[in-house]
Amino acid sequence: MNAPQQMSADSWTVAGRTFTSRLIVGTGKYKNFEENAAAVEASGAEIVTVAVRRVNIADPSQPMLTDFIDPKRYTYLPNTAGCFTADEAIRTLRLAREAGGWSLVKLEVLGEAKTLYPDMRETLKATEVLVKEGFQPMVYCVDDPIAAKQLEEAGAVAIMPLGAPIGSGLGIQNQVTIRLIVEGANVPVLVDAGVGTASDAAVAMELGCDGVLMNTAIAEAKDPVLMARAMKAAVEAGRMAYLAGRMGKRRYADPSSPLAGLI
Amino acid sequence: MSVTESLQINVNGETRRVSAGASIAQMLGELGLSPERVAVERNLEIVPRSTLGEVRVADGDAFEIVHFVGGG
Repeated sequence: MNAPQQMSADSWTVAGRTFTSRLIVGTGKYKNFEENAAAVEASGAEIVTVAVRRVNIADPSQPMLTDFIDPKRYTYLPNTAGCFTADEAIRTLRLAREAGGWSLVKLEVLGEAKTLYPDMRETLKATEVLVKEGFQPMVYCVDDPIAAKQLEEAGAVAIMPLGAPIGSGLGIQNQVTIRLIVEGANVPVLVDAGVGTASDAAVAMELGCDGVLMNTAIAEAKDPVLMARAMKAAVEAGRMAYLAGRMGKRRYADPSSPLAGLI
Repeated sequence: MSVTESLQINVNGETRRVSAGASIAQMLGELGLSPERVAVERNLEIVPRSTLGEVRVADGDAFEIVHFVGGG
């Protein structure tokens, strides 16, 4: 599909679920639930990531995320943020499946606190176990085309390489590896982590990614709702540019006005 | 309620007491939680939501009760 008039029909499918928005947003780090809900609305996202944590039994009447972001309207994608072993991540997602009632989840197994870089050995191990248990894991991973293949072979329903460390906002550091992952994958590829501003999201989409997942870039913007709109536009613009097919690069200038008929 | 009529349990790392003979659903009620918004792990095993009303709390049980919160 490359005709612009067909953009309205542009959608992507993960684990049998079809979405029109290619932007997935997180729900962490917001000042309050109201701002969070407004930013999600402005982003146009259909999927939101959520964490699984202990309820506060000392004060069970506290407002909850589900009061502000309706799980019937948005697909909740439970994550395993904060898990450093396969076992912790699997335990967390078993609880998430019970809390939510669905098996589409985001797996991330971290290697160290400083970089929050994924531990791929544990990530692969967890993917295999989760798939055996009937989960449909979208998997956060390093931007390594071989690791991405291995995750896909293990049953990951989406490959989600980092563009840069989680929460860093440094943008996509290695466009070559992201493109190689996109070219080699038979499941959706989404850049997860590292996006800092709208142009970073557009770059991810221009590389052919199926989507982008971000949290901090919106939540820590001075105006999160405006940044959410910017990200929506950037993801759409990047997608359209990818479908349109960019011009070739030249080493030198090439005039746009005709040379013939010069006075 | 006397001590003999209640059980000592651990919920999310805290010691709590719950009425003897209570189901997990009743325990959640005593804690002020609604079963449809949480997931329950009992002694490291998931308790399916459909059975929360039937499974009885035993003395010394350790529970993890979780829900969805904001996260990226």
